[in-house]
Amino acid sequence: MTLVLRPNANWRGFEAGQYVRLGVEVNGVRRHRCFSLASSAHRKDRSIEISARVNPDGIVSPYLKHRATTGEMYTVSPAQGEFTLPERRPAHLLMIGSGSGVTPLMSILRTLHDEHHSGRVTFLHYARTEADMLYRDELEDMTRHRPHLTVVRAYTAQRTGGDLYGHLSEEHLAAVGVDVVDVAAADAYVSGPPDLVETVRGIWTARGLADRLHTENFAAPVAPTAAPTTHSVPHAKVIFARSGVSAPAAGVSLLELAEASGLRPPFGCRQGICTTCTSRKLGGTVRHLLNGEVSHVEEEQIRLCVSAPYGDVTLDL
Amino acid sequence: MRTPIMPVPRLTSEQLDGLARDLDAVRDAVMADLGTPDAEYIRRLLRLQGRLELAGRALLYLGFLPPVWVAAVVCLAVSSLLNREEIGHNVLHGQYDWMGDPALSSQNVEWEGLASSKDWRRSHNYVHHTFTNVLGKDRDIGYGIMRVSPEQKWHPYYLGNGLYAALLMLLLDWGFALHDLEVDRLLRRERAWSENREIHRRLRRKIGVRVLREYVLFPALTGPFFFSTLAANACAKVLRDLWTSALIFCGHFPAGVVTFTEEELADEGRGHWYYRQLLGTANFDGGRLFQIMTGHLGHQIEHHLFPDMPSRRYPQIAPQVRAVCDKYGLPYNTGPLHRQFFSTWRSILRLSLPSRVVTRRGATSRRLGRLRVRTDTVGRR
Repeated sequence: MTLVLRPNANWRGFEAGQYVRLGVEVNGVRRHRCFSLASSAHRKDRSIEISARVNPDGIVSPYLKHRATTGEMYTVSPAQGEFTLPERRPAHLLMIGSGSGVTPLMSILRTLHDEHHSGRVTFLHYARTEADMLYRDELEDMTRHRPHLTVVRAYTAQRTGGDLYGHLSEEHLAAVGVDVVDVAAADAYVSGPPDLVETVRGIWTARGLADRLHTENFAAPVAPTAAPTTHSVPHAKVIFARSGVSAPAAGVSLLELAEASGLRPPFGCRQGICTTCTSRKLGGTVRHLLNGEVSHVEEEQIRLCVSAPYGDVTLDL
Repeated sequence: MRTPIMPVPRLTSEQLDGLARDLDAVRDAVMADLGTPDAEYIRRLLRLQGRLELAGRALLYLGFLPPVWVAAVVCLAVSSLLNREEIGHNVLHGQYDWMGDPALSSQNVEWEGLASSKDWRRSHNYVHHTFTNVLGKDRDIGYGIMRVSPEQKWHPYYLGNGLYAALLMLLLDWGFALHDLEVDRLLRRERAWSENREIHRRLRRKIGVRVLREYVLFPALTGPFFFSTLAANACAKVLRDLWTSALIFCGHFPAGVVTFTEEELADEGRGHWYYRQLLGTANFDGGRLFQIMTGHLGHQIEHHLFPDMPSRRYPQIAPQVRAVCDKYGLPYNTGPLHRQFFSTWRSILRLSLPSRVVTRRGATSRRLGRLRVRTDTVGRR
């Protein structure tokens, strides 16, 4: 799923490799998701592009894929993230990406392309099969025009048609000519699922090159776990983000928990009527104490007096 | 609990639990169904309100033509009414908090009323909606200036009951703003002046901005028609307040509403809270457009049971609420607006005299039986 957005005058631009928090209204409720930007940071029309794999059990990505129409308006946060190139572009860049994790790498590639960057770029591109490989045609096209760019296609669930097969290993690095010397000379950018990132980190750390490595995790959306039998989850933690205080979740309301932690949030009826204690939940899962309803919505307004933690919770308090 | 004209059934604690379960089920079904139509409804209203205001302001450039001037006043009055009731009152109840839109969040929105949203949320959402009809707790019982229940002790001051009501009708917005200062409690030394400092500050700023805008800036923008515009703006506000107060008085100062004591609040469960809301409110009839123009105040019962449910859903659940009332033998009071209005005023005037008189009359009406109940029971907001 690829989306092109035209930001309004408040947009301050971005650096290749950064992401934004997109707010999309689905069935009346504003949902927030982080998306890496895939477009060049130098687009003339200032438009930005995001790409993501559709999670069929999700809410936002299926909406964007099947129901969103041209002209809809979303909210976009300022660009965030440290997965960016240094001001002085590296002479040799090694990029390793997998799945939709390649989107920030595409942004870096496209940006360098627009800058007529002449350094060496090696892109080790992992995908399950050829059909799953994002930007395959565009990358092929790029390599034809840019002699310094090498794209190595690695398939993990397909045994023909690629340059490499299976998951990343030292052998893969050696096979594409990225030997020890090269690794030391290159700035490495890796973006993909946690497994891939950890493997690479292991190899780089073993070589004492961890400081040359830049990583971006693309975690698969975590499916809500089965309902615990008790009313709260053991070892869950409540973080009061603004006060910098945290407390272990207990079987009491978030209002009582906040008060026990020394906070003084405003309150009124303490029974879910008056909305005085309504606060923003920045993340996590809460359970409504009156009807038992469990909510995973990433960011929402909740009444502290009738909400209890149901797993880790972060509050704007 | 005061026994009203028709004895109200007392429920056992099991029945109260059942009542809570049944009403929670009504609520949960609607809340799970909220979605795009509800979001579109409130946004459509916001757009309509904006256009009406724009139209009203623009028409005042032709304010020297009497029919245009009248049209402008109507536009501005309706715009202001929507802003206060169907939009402001409901949004501040958190009816659209589920959307996650900061522009429709109960915590962010500043409405057109003179009372700041923050103070309104305290006196209305918290005090009135939590302690509904509890004498000594619910400050909306007569707003601290009127006698609307025989349980309030009579004092010669209340001879002016009708006058206070009439003045409040004309200046409702100002009345609500001052309501938050709790002047009556200040005078009785139950409240310290220092508690009002913050409220004062917010009130001064808000009133300053509103007065400048309505009675200086917009009149000045119409140049030679300064006074015609000023008059139109003032008329629009008074019209809005007359209409709004007529609606909420009907819901607020009934003959035959049940009041409660603070003792009854001890260990109150959800079931009894629902019970109290049901006994202390009444609806008035009307179609969809009428309900929008009244901010769905005609569905007081549903509003008091579920203050955070988007108001457009009240007509939809009314039959279910009525069925629950029937199941537990509780009254579900509704009637045409004019009848409720007449009954309210009769009660206000009657209560300006000492209770002895009222009690005698009450005894008479009890003998008259059911017919009086139908014509007399109106509810509180």
